[in-house]
Amino acid sequence: MQLELHASAEDRRVAALAAAAIGLTLAEAAIPLPLPGVKPGLANIVTLVVLYRYGWRMAAWVAGLRIVAGALALGQFLTPAFLLSLSGGVASLLLLALASRLPARWFGPVGLSLLAAFAHIGAQLLLVDTWLLPGTSILGLLPLFLSAAWITGLVNGFAAAHLLHTQESKP
Amino acid sequence: MTRPRPGDWLIVLSGLVLVGGLWLRQMDSLEGRVIVRLDGKVAVDTSLRLNRQIEINGPLGMSRIEIRDGRVRIASDPSPRQLCVRQGWIPPGGVAICLPNRVSVENAAAGYDTLNY
Repeated sequence: MQLELHASAEDRRVAALAAAAIGLTLAEAAIPLPLPGVKPGLANIVTLVVLYRYGWRMAAWVAGLRIVAGALALGQFLTPAFLLSLSGGVASLLLLALASRLPARWFGPVGLSLLAAFAHIGAQLLLVDTWLLPGTSILGLLPLFLSAAWITGLVNGFAAAHLLHTQESKP
Repeated sequence: MTRPRPGDWLIVLSGLVLVGGLWLRQMDSLEGRVIVRLDGKVAVDTSLRLNRQIEINGPLGMSRIEIRDGRVRIASDPSPRQLCVRQGWIPPGGVAICLPNRVSVENAAAGYDTLNY
């Protein structure tokens, strides 16, 4: 008996994009960072580009695959780090689902990236506060994490905007 | 597709305001405090940044507490052994207790908690 999986063109595209995102996640894990929890989140650039080019469903697939496969590759699957990454991913995707309905004339990838970054860190801090370190005042770290989210969100947003722009001019 | 649009700048700016406001609030709460207790009850709770003299009347007489240049000490006290006066400037997180005048002064430096640790 032979089991055959038929991969559609869309499946292949999701796989390729998720692979790019996973690559960024792995590369990012090698960068030494001063504080746990603060990282650039470069893979979110891929999520944003996919959101703009192929829609929210594809973006959700790519982000989900990246979170699971990235965690597997880093040996973090089902650890608190994975659950943090998952909660951030889910929150930012949910916010992006709402934000992508904003009028495109007024809101572009930069704004969406910032919103997603804030949703990301917000959900993660909420999870840390309620589940990982209950009773500890996370509030004191809020300015630090939100500043980091503001910077990374902005940078990633500009990166995504640039990619979308250059990809548009080259068909 | 390329330039950020007005709404984007709105989000960027409101994010900056939010973060800036949080930092300011944080700075405020990170300021050191001086807590003076009489009989175990808080008598004075003041900032470590403001130079001032605090005079407080215990059962034996007046204790004078001096806050200067972000430091705090007990300048004079009627207690016989003068232990709290000889303790000098109270280190961050430290306490000087004047007995039997029942006065204690705490340098409640900001952030002696798990976060700053």
